[in-house]
Amino acid sequence: MRTLPLSAPTLIAPRSLASPRARANRLREKAAELAITAVGLSGIAALILIVVFVGREALPLFFDPQQIKEAGLGKLFLPQLLREGKPLGFMWQPVSNVPKVSMIPLLVGTLKVTVVAMLVAIPLGLSAALFASEFAPRRAREIIKPVIELLAGIPSVVIGFFALMVIASFTQDTFGLQYRLSALVAGLGMAIAIVPVVFTVAEDAFTAVPRSYREASLALGATRWETTWRVVLPAAAPGVLAACVLAFGRAIGETMIVLMASGNAAIVSASLTDSTRTMSATIAAEMGEVVFGSAHYSTLFFIGVQLFAITAVLNLVAGAWVRRTVLRLGGKP
Amino acid sequence: MKRALLSLFVLLPSLAFAGTVTIKGSDTLVILAQRWAEEFMKKNPDIKLQVTGGGSGTGISALINGTTDIATSSRPIKPAENDKLKEKNKALATEIAVAKDGVTFYVNEKNPLSSLTLEQLKKIYLGDITNWNEVGGPDAPIALYSRENSSGTYVFVKDDLLGGGDYAATAQTLPGTAAVVNAVAKEKNGIGYGGAAYGKGIKELKIKTGAEEIAPTEANVKSGKYPLSRSLFFYLRAAPTGEVKAFIDYCLAKDGQDVVTKVGYFPLH
Repeated sequence: MRTLPLSAPTLIAPRSLASPRARANRLREKAAELAITAVGLSGIAALILIVVFVGREALPLFFDPQQIKEAGLGKLFLPQLLREGKPLGFMWQPVSNVPKVSMIPLLVGTLKVTVVAMLVAIPLGLSAALFASEFAPRRAREIIKPVIELLAGIPSVVIGFFALMVIASFTQDTFGLQYRLSALVAGLGMAIAIVPVVFTVAEDAFTAVPRSYREASLALGATRWETTWRVVLPAAAPGVLAACVLAFGRAIGETMIVLMASGNAAIVSASLTDSTRTMSATIAAEMGEVVFGSAHYSTLFFIGVQLFAITAVLNLVAGAWVRRTVLRLGGKP
Repeated sequence: MKRALLSLFVLLPSLAFAGTVTIKGSDTLVILAQRWAEEFMKKNPDIKLQVTGGGSGTGISALINGTTDIATSSRPIKPAENDKLKEKNKALATEIAVAKDGVTFYVNEKNPLSSLTLEQLKKIYLGDITNWNEVGGPDAPIALYSRENSSGTYVFVKDDLLGGGDYAATAQTLPGTAAVVNAVAKEKNGIGYGGAAYGKGIKELKIKTGAEEIAPTEANVKSGKYPLSRSLFFYLRAAPTGEVKAFIDYCLAKDGQDVVTKVGYFPLH
């Protein structure tokens, strides 16, 4: 990708006749190109540095004999003896005479909150985006769009506070739940943070579907709804998927809302109304006090590695799927 | 110009830290330390004290890493922490008890119970008792509230009440005693714990031993009759000197101990 010369005359001027000014221009462009490349590469470098740093801090879990004894892979993922005479189980209680560092309660908790948030936010965000781009009169769209995008600007600590005080009381009073704070409350709070993400990306994708697609469909006698459902939505599928992946990434890494509204009890259960502890909240809550270089410290970094790995794998899979869809829509097998 | 700016950046931090004593650690002690610092600075305007919380573990970590002068802690330093400190600093921590405190268990004020035995509390927090009717209350599930594991109170309850056992997985961990009090006030089946200083607006449980019910009062905590009482500590890297010593002398003198009573903890003597 070459950048085009800025001024038109240099574009037409034959090389041999290049004036000193044109040469200076070329030099300047070279410099700009280099600078932009450097900025781009520094982004990649930062990413690599983060991965290397976080990974390095987690490594002792696998190589340091003392830490393997305290928090080896078996302790991290397999059921352990919790108390004499009780069945084996999973427990997160890293500050203890015998530290229990099972990842399972945290993985389950993260999954539960994320699922609730996605189940609420994706249908809401997608339908809002469809409405705004396909059905809403222009004036309504001009109000809906900025308002929803404004929602994205609310600091997550404010949403967390809202979930803690309002959503928690509401769900407990309405459904008579045992726990005031739960995966449900945290997930609902998180949905508020995610809806604008889904909406913005999906709305852009829908608007980007060429007008000719819609016109062709309508000309063939399809109704507006059929056009939206059968033509616009599939044509915008890559964008919609991107919206979902972005939302998932935000959900799994979101910390403040879950820290405040999930109750932070590391329970292994399928119930959405149980209190839960997520991976991100665990790092946030425990990083401040942990003894540097201990197994607990490495474990917290290992949680970070897992969060990173989960989003990276998801991004790769989604990327592959998008490429395939684009090919298919382009008419190639 | 550039040089002037540069020297400004170099100088600023050193200016800010000149004559500043940093105090960091226990959330239980942060109010008390703040009050001490204010009173002390009124009398010694040229000494600056900076107080922050974060939990006893945070304070001791900071002491080990050399980023605080005084670490406040609501539990004794752990052997592992002391080893780390010795590794870095060639000396074990200097421990100074500065006040006494009782760990109080709270229930919602609508809860009919007014006392529990230590054994009952232990079983509740280990997760062996999960319904209030097992300890003579109404038929309702117990909602357990606990502190984050960076809290000195967490470790104190774990060691002294649970005998080192693990909290029930269902215990919800909250980031501060105030949050626990708030949660228990909102949750009619809730139970939580924290320092006596925070115990406003909910019901404090008495501890039943035999026929006697012992409330977490000053007399009971000071005399050690209340079973769940503890000392609150300052930790230093070396024996106190200069400004730090002046401050600690103030805390331990009568003026300082009066502040302890005012804040809601119990003086040493």
